[in-house]
Amino acid sequence: MIDTLRLTAEEATGLLERGEVSAAELHGAYREAIAERDPEVHAYLCTVEQPEGEGVPIALKDVISTKGVETTAASKILSGYKPVFDSTVAARCKDAGLPLLGKTNLDEFAMGSSTENSAFGPTRNPWDPSRVPGGSSGGSTAAVAAGLAPWALGSDTGGSIKQPAALTGTVGLRPTYGTVSRYGVVAFASSLDQVGPVTRTVRDWARLHRIIAGRDPLDSSTVALPEPFEVPDAVDLKGLRVGVPVELNEAEGIEPGVSEAVNRAIELACSLGAEVGECHLPRSVEFGLPCYYLIAPSEASSNLARYDGVRYGLRVEADDIRAMYESTRREGFGDEPKRRIMLGTYALSAGYYEAFYGQAQKVRTVIRDEHAAAFEQFDVLVSPTSPTVAFELGARTADPLAMYAADVLTIPSNMAGLPGLSIPCGLSDGLPVGLQLIGRQFSENLLFRAGHALEQALEFDFVPERLK
Amino acid sequence: MSWEPVIGLEIHIHLKTRTKMFCRCPVAYFEGPNTQTCPVCLAHPGALPVPNRKAVEWTILLGLALGCEVPERAIFHRKNYFYPDNPKGYQISQYDEPLCVNGRLAVPGAQGDTVVGIERAHLEEDAAKTIHVGGAEGRIHGADRSLIDFNRAGTPLVEIVTAPDIRSADEARRFLQLLRQTVVELGISDAEMEKGSLRFDVNVSVRLEGEELRTRTELKNMNSFAFAARGIEREIERQIGIYDSGGTVDQETLHFDPSRVDAPPLRSKEEAQDYRYFSEPDLVPLEPDRTLVERLRDELPESPAARIRRLEDEIGFWLAEGLVTSGRDGLYSRITGERAAVANVVMNELAATGLDPASVNADELAKVIEHRTEIPRAAFTEALAASGSPGFSAERYLAEAAIVDASELDPVIDRVLSENASQVEAFRAGKEGLLGFFVGQVMKETGGKANPKVVSDRLREKLGA
Repeated sequence: MIDTLRLTAEEATGLLERGEVSAAELHGAYREAIAERDPEVHAYLCTVEQPEGEGVPIALKDVISTKGVETTAASKILSGYKPVFDSTVAARCKDAGLPLLGKTNLDEFAMGSSTENSAFGPTRNPWDPSRVPGGSSGGSTAAVAAGLAPWALGSDTGGSIKQPAALTGTVGLRPTYGTVSRYGVVAFASSLDQVGPVTRTVRDWARLHRIIAGRDPLDSSTVALPEPFEVPDAVDLKGLRVGVPVELNEAEGIEPGVSEAVNRAIELACSLGAEVGECHLPRSVEFGLPCYYLIAPSEASSNLARYDGVRYGLRVEADDIRAMYESTRREGFGDEPKRRIMLGTYALSAGYYEAFYGQAQKVRTVIRDEHAAAFEQFDVLVSPTSPTVAFELGARTADPLAMYAADVLTIPSNMAGLPGLSIPCGLSDGLPVGLQLIGRQFSENLLFRAGHALEQALEFDFVPERLK
Repeated sequence: MSWEPVIGLEIHIHLKTRTKMFCRCPVAYFEGPNTQTCPVCLAHPGALPVPNRKAVEWTILLGLALGCEVPERAIFHRKNYFYPDNPKGYQISQYDEPLCVNGRLAVPGAQGDTVVGIERAHLEEDAAKTIHVGGAEGRIHGADRSLIDFNRAGTPLVEIVTAPDIRSADEARRFLQLLRQTVVELGISDAEMEKGSLRFDVNVSVRLEGEELRTRTELKNMNSFAFAARGIEREIERQIGIYDSGGTVDQETLHFDPSRVDAPPLRSKEEAQDYRYFSEPDLVPLEPDRTLVERLRDELPESPAARIRRLEDEIGFWLAEGLVTSGRDGLYSRITGERAAVANVVMNELAATGLDPASVNADELAKVIEHRTEIPRAAFTEALAASGSPGFSAERYLAEAAIVDASELDPVIDRVLSENASQVEAFRAGKEGLLGFFVGQVMKETGGKANPKVVSDRLREKLGA
């Protein structure tokens, strides 16, 4: 009997290697778990019955193109669209022999922080089905949290891996921009989008990242990795200089329970030998969110222009081309993509470009410089991943600004192109709290070691209480 | 005060790279519709562009040939607009940091050079081809349906923008011819208007000398240089007419119908389109390697303009320009003999045969040209037509010496004159142009074997002219 609720990908690999289970049995166990628990969670948009590969199965966020398997970005406008090609990350998973379990739910076009913006219905948090799993990679994190996949890939633009990982008690990595190929990943905001792993342990996460990362000739923004990734086994943090950015740790809206859990983790880091000190990122925190909400929608307004009903996906027929565009896009896009297309179109318009998009790009340089200054003193920066634990479904849907604020702590380092990981560091009111660790560019190995040592010391039980 | 035309050009040239600008689909003109496509040029979700290195090199090469600077950094921008031939909803183009800037092309003229500033030469991708079925004028509005062929989508396209330095339709035509020849000689494009691998738009305004620029109109869809020159002339006249009668010129676009040369252009108001340019986040900046730029500069062949100036001393400007811009000056140089005669034959009679200049046997042809007055017209024409064939030899044609003996010609000449008494009378009354008619008649009677010069001389004698 395979207990998918507890099994890590590393353990699953061991079972396969020792011949204790077959790949088909392993896949079958997850399919059973999906049949049992996914009707409530709704982590998957579709599942694959007979996948290829003899390895540990994986779930992919539905922005990741999979040849012949419907890829919708949780949008009506791509309903029924089956890619004719594999994204580079899907191809690398295939090459590594990882069978595809299915495609996971998300906020439409990865725009949102709760997975409620899916055109195909929300995903629920396995820790409390009345609450959201975070977003936009909520389907991937919920699947891993509920034992419906041993590991998964998500994508992160403003915090779409880290934040839902925090809200579901899973481990999520947003890699350094340029280390994972975006080829075949439905674009939201190209200068920020990055695919990354969602797992149950830091070691799994390093193993999966090794499979997907690296220069891709099909994505000009990727770079060669300066060093190979290593699966960590560090148990202490001796000599690690940990910075605590005051503005990220004392931001408005951080719940006391979240602060407490994060502070306990920081104390634990001290006891493991880390040198902890305060630092400041005032402008990054003040301007990160507003600048993000200019840059990301601007790029999105352009990236989403290809969904015009001409070549694939939804087409709503009308009398002439303009009317066809309008009716197709009116029916095909949900409110959040429409809101961001409008925001972005406005921000890029003649007469507004300099004040909005142009200015935001300049601020981005300021944010980058401010982080670089902090990293002169410290090796990693820590903060809560999300100001709150998982919130109730519907609590923020009427107030887009409240929803946008869910990413206030993840956005600044994303804007700087830096890697960040979220690991669970405890519970508040019975719900998981995420600890964010931010590193220098290309310092994933350091994040893996620090994350692994902390994870060992924290002894967080990733199985939701109600599913035990 | 007189009106001065002010003309600027925007030229688009397809690069003949093996593959497209941002994907590795073949650039192919005559394949079945939508067979040369992939996720990138069809803009499938998640597909990303990867620039074509050759296209970047060739754009730099062209820029250098046009005297441009190649900045340290160039970036691609997105030009956003909706149209079914634009699959991504944006065209990847260049905006404020193009590959080549600040060039100049000196266009040789009969009275010295006209220097035309090159504001920029940038690299972008072409759109798909659309065919609108039904409706008026082949336009999308009112069409029953539209067909799209994405084979062309993503073809590398260089856009060259000139300064408004051109002052006449003829100068515009000569600039375009020279540019076209430059591009062809660099080997980077066929630059054939019929294939659509060279297209251009013209901006035209007029002003009183010394004035600031006035409102311009844009002429689109012209399918030949001559057609363009005529369109520009008409537009200049139209604008002058409007100003002379106290009116104002509207900023508008004139769409010509290439299939109906004489039809008046369709006019459309120019809407101020907001393309919402921003730098393409899927691509990193181009930083052309300086050693590459210098290597390309060293590879530049002698420019057509320089060759026109070199040949001008030998054969005069017009023949020199004609030979160079038609790609025939190489052949001209290979043929020995009296220069003006060789130039005339190469430019006129030989050009009319449609032979590839490279195939012509220059040494043998030189002999034919040297003795052209001594052989029958028909033999000369035959020799030219055969001059590109393998084994072509002058000997056979030179053997057909023309009838130069007056004793053989006189009876024929006398007969022609007596049979055309009224023309003889008219000639004597001053219609000297009739001489050609008499020559023609004699040539006809002799089956083309008479030497036309001898016939002409003999006729003059007999007619007492």
